[in-house]
Amino acid sequence: MTYFEFLNEHGVTLLLGTVTTIKVLVCSMMLYVIISMIFGLMRLSKNLLIQGVATVYIEFFRGTSLLVQLFWAYYVLPFFGISLEAFTAGVVALGLNFGAYGAEIVRAGILAVPRGQWEAAHALNFTPAKRIKRIIIPQIFPIILPPAANLTVELLKATALVALVTVVDLTFEAKQINSITWLSAQCFGTALLIYYIMARFALVPFLRWLELLAARKVGKEKI
Amino acid sequence: MEMGWRWGFAIEILPKMALATFNTILAAGVGYAIALVVGLFFLLGQRTPSKIINWINREIVEFIRSTPLLIQLFFVYFVLPQFGITLSAWVCGMITIGLHFGTYLSEVYRGALEGVSKTQWEACRALNFSTLYTYRRIVLPQAFPIAIPGMGNYLVGIFKDTPLLSTIGVAELFHAATAVGGYNYRYLEPYTIVGVIFLTLSIPAAMWVRKLEKDVNKAQGKIKK
Repeated sequence: MTYFEFLNEHGVTLLLGTVTTIKVLVCSMMLYVIISMIFGLMRLSKNLLIQGVATVYIEFFRGTSLLVQLFWAYYVLPFFGISLEAFTAGVVALGLNFGAYGAEIVRAGILAVPRGQWEAAHALNFTPAKRIKRIIIPQIFPIILPPAANLTVELLKATALVALVTVVDLTFEAKQINSITWLSAQCFGTALLIYYIMARFALVPFLRWLELLAARKVGKEKI
Repeated sequence: MEMGWRWGFAIEILPKMALATFNTILAAGVGYAIALVVGLFFLLGQRTPSKIINWINREIVEFIRSTPLLIQLFFVYFVLPQFGITLSAWVCGMITIGLHFGTYLSEVYRGALEGVSKTQWEACRALNFSTLYTYRRIVLPQAFPIAIPGMGNYLVGIFKDTPLLSTIGVAELFHAATAVGGYNYRYLEPYTIVGVIFLTLSIPAAMWVRKLEKDVNKAQGKIKK
């Protein structure tokens, strides 16, 4: 069987899997961005309880393996009466795991905003909420976006793991086709290529564009 | 099925899990050792004067870095036999982890080398040191401390990615948990124990890396508050 015949027969299946992978990526990306913002701010709170909760959360999710968290969400939570669909379990586990890494990026970003900005906002009598929302947050984007872009590429790669909790994504389809046809080089090779194209020619340019946009917003033009 | 945590079952499976933990640590250690060496080769490809080799090297690194480790594992495990090379799951896993993290480590090495000030090179040139001597006595001793935190981070990273090896049948911790869980139709205790073992091993390791980072910064005169 030539490679073209292989693509003709299984290409559509792989593309359908790719659509699911993109869905998982977009959902978990939104979840992890929100979680990182919340926990990044909580980590800097003066209230020891809030800070402690954030620290425990971050250390827990960074300290255990994503695969373990994924299986825990899918196979163990039903023991406690919480049955999640495979897709939901996958997105939640990915979001929580990457949110922990993202929170550290947000924390570092907030700390990197010059002190003078805080003081100026204070001097202008901004309320604490307004200080964060109007002065600090807009300025952290150019700082946090480059590391966040790396993390997001890692997230795309990590979405492959949801196949192991029966989400029918690209990896799942590739495995399935492999077990039917035993054309391993073709199906895993194609899957690798699709992931590569998604990362290199779609996700990374998009994130670079975001970086540029953020830099322009605060008047720091980058080339 | 009985709900809730069962201590009896947890204690019963604990010896098996402890034994498998040893395999996990072994896999992480061997994978890391291979990755350290592979990283050096990628670094070499990056720093050769030939533009073509640079380009090929960069594309390979990009490709490996932007595709999932899981599919790379499948690829190595299922495709090599088609070419008549049959390797055990262990060997496949170690090769793949070595290659995958080798690309990351080459970046760590590169960053460390670039972290050594250019004036050091110029001073050595002025003193008429050979390139090899400059590397050995001047540049590497300064670059190594810069690389330590990054290297430590990837050790912890590899450790946390070893559960993926269970998908091709390497009998490490996660594999043992799945087997025990499947045999007894109870996943609560095995998977929870795996999580706890990972936490107890990787949190101290991460703390140690952070301390190293601080020490290095201090030694470099970059004290952050």
